[in-house]
Amino acid sequence: MNLLNKFSNPELCKKLLTLLKNELIRPFRFMEVCGTHTVAIFRSGLRSLFPENLIHVSGPGCPVCVTHEREVAAFLELAQKDVVLATFGDLMRVPGPNKQTLKDLQAQGANIKIVYSPFDALQLALDTPDRDVIFIGIGFETTAPTVAATLNVARQQNIKNFFVFCLHKLVPPALKALLSGGVKIDGFLLPGHVSAIIGRGPYEFLSKDYNLPATIGGFEPVDILQAIYELVKMFNLNQPAVVNCYSRVVKDEGNQKALLMLKRVFEPCSALWRGLGEIPDSGLQIRSEFEAFDARKSFNLEDLPQVPPLKGCKCGDVLKGLLRPDECPLFNKQCTPESPVGPCMVSTEGSCAAYYKYLV
Amino acid sequence: MGKLLLDYGSGGKASYRLIKDIFLKYLGNIYLNKLDDAVCLEQIKSPVVMSTDSYTVDPIIFPGGDIGSLAVHGTVNDVAMLGARPKYLSCGFILEEGLDLALLEQIVCSMAKAAARAKVLVVTGDTKVVPKGAVDKIFINTTGLGELMLQAPLSGASAKPGDVIILSGTIGDHGLTILSRQKGISFDTKIKSDSAPLNVLIEKLLNQVPEVHVLRDPTRGGLATTLNEIARQSQVCCLIEEKLLPIKEEVRGGCAFLGLDPLYLANEGKFVLILPEQYERQALDILKQDELGKDACVIGKIQSAPIGKVVLQTTLGGQRLLDMLEGEQLPRIC
Repeated sequence: MNLLNKFSNPELCKKLLTLLKNELIRPFRFMEVCGTHTVAIFRSGLRSLFPENLIHVSGPGCPVCVTHEREVAAFLELAQKDVVLATFGDLMRVPGPNKQTLKDLQAQGANIKIVYSPFDALQLALDTPDRDVIFIGIGFETTAPTVAATLNVARQQNIKNFFVFCLHKLVPPALKALLSGGVKIDGFLLPGHVSAIIGRGPYEFLSKDYNLPATIGGFEPVDILQAIYELVKMFNLNQPAVVNCYSRVVKDEGNQKALLMLKRVFEPCSALWRGLGEIPDSGLQIRSEFEAFDARKSFNLEDLPQVPPLKGCKCGDVLKGLLRPDECPLFNKQCTPESPVGPCMVSTEGSCAAYYKYLV
Repeated sequence: MGKLLLDYGSGGKASYRLIKDIFLKYLGNIYLNKLDDAVCLEQIKSPVVMSTDSYTVDPIIFPGGDIGSLAVHGTVNDVAMLGARPKYLSCGFILEEGLDLALLEQIVCSMAKAAARAKVLVVTGDTKVVPKGAVDKIFINTTGLGELMLQAPLSGASAKPGDVIILSGTIGDHGLTILSRQKGISFDTKIKSDSAPLNVLIEKLLNQVPEVHVLRDPTRGGLATTLNEIARQSQVCCLIEEKLLPIKEEVRGGCAFLGLDPLYLANEGKFVLILPEQYERQALDILKQDELGKDACVIGKIQSAPIGKVVLQTTLGGQRLLDMLEGEQLPRIC
């Protein structure tokens, strides 16, 4: 039995589920804010095994889903310029204002390359010195450090044809915005990957200011169940705290090296979130020392294009946990993974897609 | 041996030399050697089963096979899945100018070996050479003809509630081999394609098991897609148990690393067999005696509802849908 198998051991999960069931003396509504948690809960079948009074809500944790429609319109515009656009695969099928996607543009001849890492995009720039290569920097604190490191290398090597369109977002400010908007949640399952970078500290406002328990959890079934069990225990005792249940990966102080790299290259800025709108200090922008690589400045994108809101799409309410995906009037009617209306149905990590794909 | 020139596809002397020195040398038989415009096959007695497929795999040589053997196995297997005995193949090559002739010879030689193992003859063929860049090295089309061995051909629409679902071996091997090579990632372990001709094993099976409802090879789209097709065609539900799925440890690990799901990866030497429960033991005994079926096992059963869906019972005992793949599997952000 290897390490991963241990954390998906069915016997152990069964025991944890029993413990959890006994602890649930009243309904408990928890929100996870990580696409990987959403998928893990559905894929493992945990969702179908949760006790009835455990209510699972997916928050704004899928990087594709929270990308604002104006940001989508902007990268679709970029793809139509005389550039090579490098992106993670997730963005290929996100529809823009006129339903067009990067996949459509690629078929029409746009030069779009799917990469696994921003360093692959930098290599692309090195391999094609006569073409401008723009990498779409998307994702939370998890992905941003690698993008920062890439920009750092690009600056050291004085590369002239590499740019980043920075759309990175930060998790704690979004949680704060959600709570000040009056969302009804009894506790948070915090994202393991994001926390590996930022540590435990940035979440402490959850228990201090909002009296809510929160646990940092891993992604195997045992990790998830343990983190939820701890949440319910704190809730019942009315002793809210932010607890790290994923200590084999997450240090309380986070990853100092990654944080330093983030700080060197980026600075916080106001950012647009799908469904949540503009949230102060919830995004990252490229510092002026690195502005030569900032696609917003070099490609005239300081003002994102204005777009009309998606008609009937309730992704915003879904992201806030106000609406279950299957309560949206478009769900499984106009909106399916084959023909998605909103981003929560496009992304494999979106909660609408998870409901559609996994719920029996 | 040199490089392939456009001349070789001209139809003149150079073409003739290419045909004689490479194609006839390895694939020759009484039909092909005649070099007529077409071939007359007098020997076919039962209804004819026919299938065609084009092969464009990149890289053209991979651990466990190459585009030549794949072009034989893929088409032979498709013909076999209807309950037929594949007999003849046609073979069309589209070759890129500048191709290494030694490489072409290697591929054709591999085709010949694959055809001999599958007991089929290549009876007609064609070669075109196109300018550099018009194709990627070699594209091959093969069409297979076979004789139906049953009263009626098998179909994906014949699964019945109560039937058992058997898988002939491990899944994901071919797809992961190809994808990891394309991404330039080499694993320390020996992952290789499962590309193989299944027709001989299937003939043995159909000769001995009195009732088979569905046979299908989970190629592109993988096992999940194949089961969804069967569930829709037969208007039934396939209930699969995750813990029963045969997946090699190294394939599981490689998939986790690349963010891929082995259930959606292509296989080229496996089949799904659906039949009444009473014949489960007999079918498994036959499969397990054969090298190509030694890992065969029951993976689930057919039930009446939910109609057209595949339900996966996870290792934890929970249930979820196993949906069809939407487009290609793309690398994720995190």
